[in-house]
Amino acid sequence: MSHFAYLSVLAGCLIGTAGLEIFLRTRVYRRAVRLIVTIIPVVVVFTLWDIYAIKSGHWSFDSRYVTGIETVGNVPLDEICFFIVIPICAILTLEAIRSARNWLVGDEEGINE
Amino acid sequence: MTYTEIGLFSVVAVVICDIYIFRTRLIRRRIFWASYAIIIFFQLVTNGILTGFRIVRYDADAIIGGSTPTNHAPAFIGDGRLVFAPIEDLLFGFSLVLLTLILWVWHGKNGLQRQPVSGPPVAKVAKVLRSK
Repeated sequence: MSHFAYLSVLAGCLIGTAGLEIFLRTRVYRRAVRLIVTIIPVVVVFTLWDIYAIKSGHWSFDSRYVTGIETVGNVPLDEICFFIVIPICAILTLEAIRSARNWLVGDEEGINE
Repeated sequence: MTYTEIGLFSVVAVVICDIYIFRTRLIRRRIFWASYAIIIFFQLVTNGILTGFRIVRYDADAIIGGSTPTNHAPAFIGDGRLVFAPIEDLLFGFSLVLLTLILWVWHGKNGLQRQPVSGPPVAKVAKVLRSK
């Protein structure tokens, strides 16, 4: 069970923000293509940072609390999931405020500024 | 480079992306700072779990504070830490969040799934929001 400690925190993030999609109708998951093409470069950039940080000994992971599955450059699968989940939560937060307040984001129809 | 140096560099890099490269100018919008204020609170909570339980451990050579202790939790606040996590994590988190939102908004500006737009909230939530 404790091998899923890290992933459980991420699961909590997804569960905690799911209500935004349902009750504030953020339509982030509905716009899956936009979501995926947004997240891919983020995963790439932050995985490169992670590879360097792990190789340089900046940080390490307690093997009891992560899945033990390693991806490129000894980056735990858990970390890759982090770079997917946190961006989703960030976008949901932005779109939730847009839903509730109608504040401008800069991608509205007819706005070039 | 240390974590501190890379963190500072990354913040400068994403701000340049926001203002000059993608021209999303999110850091000049209140919706970004309102989002970030909410996100930073939950970052402190979730990252506090990851660092307080020492699921992720840090080395003193890379950060302002000391290494994550081997036999007890790091400082809750102090020794270069905030809610157990190195303050450098704030730089990391800011860069992660801003880069994500830059790309999300940039794709929207380019017409990729601008629709369906966010909102309006379901009726009951809308009622609560209106009453504020």
